[in-house]
Amino acid sequence: MSYINIISIENFIILSAIIFVIGLSGIFINRKSIISILISIELLILSININFVAFSVYLNDMVGQIFTLFTIAVAGAEAAIGLAILIIYFKNKSSISVDSSSEIKG
Amino acid sequence: MEFVQIIFYLFSFILVAAAISSVYIKNTVFSVLSLILAFVSAASLFILIGAEFIAMLLIVVYVGAIAVLFLFVVMMLNIDIPKVKRINRKYLPIFGLFSIILLAEILLIIKFSFSNQITSHNNIQLPLSSEIITIKLAGLVLYTKYLVAFQVTGMILFVAMIGAIVLADKNVTKNLKKQNIFDQVNRNKKDSIEIVKVKNNEGLDV
Repeated sequence: MSYINIISIENFIILSAIIFVIGLSGIFINRKSIISILISIELLILSININFVAFSVYLNDMVGQIFTLFTIAVAGAEAAIGLAILIIYFKNKSSISVDSSSEIKG
Repeated sequence: MEFVQIIFYLFSFILVAAAISSVYIKNTVFSVLSLILAFVSAASLFILIGAEFIAMLLIVVYVGAIAVLFLFVVMMLNIDIPKVKRINRKYLPIFGLFSIILLAEILLIIKFSFSNQITSHNNIQLPLSSEIITIKLAGLVLYTKYLVAFQVTGMILFVAMIGAIVLADKNVTKNLKKQNIFDQVNRNKKDSIEIVKVKNNEGLDV
């Protein structure tokens, strides 16, 4: 049972826009910490998924949810590769701050 | 205001609060945990609207695999939290202003474009009627019209798996050249320079 007669679609689109802007500002603010950037990218993809599913339900069209499936799969692949790169980077540098990764020490 | 609207505002308030706290909290573990809360409240919004396939997919794949992977990496790397700096404090008002302007632009576009009823002009695959459950509808569309895209998604996941295994494999990364700071700084003159007298018209064997 879906309550699409009571909740209009504009609520979902506004919610998607708010989360998109929160994820984008997370990338601006946390530019020096790679894990926070990956978390902000996941928030961006979540906002797009909310948008797709809302349109899919309100237009009685199944394609929106199918595309959400593909988006989730690609987001998972990208998160896995990003974290693998982060692990290798951290093994070499012993710090995840991209600012203080200078080679001259001692 | 009806009960369903109250539930919608409650879940969306929790979602926005979890999103903000996952971006602004410096402790990385709390940040990942509030991301998990954001995913779960988004999934409950999807169940409210009737898309239970995507809601369960979000919980099983996003929370159960991807966010747990984030937690593994955060726990393993043992990050020193005071060392992770933020961006310079004087740039924060400018970025806040840009974010608010972007949000205001998107909301204005939404308000001005919904004067007509929304319709789907093409590509109406199947109606979401209440006699057929959502996962059966997903199967009816996914394995017939979008079969190629489905197989390509499987290949994308396969390639990502190969990439992650190659990056984390110790046999591959054993031959990396790294810097050893103490050896570099403790170099003496006698093991780095050798003074040789060269005879006239003769070269030198290194």
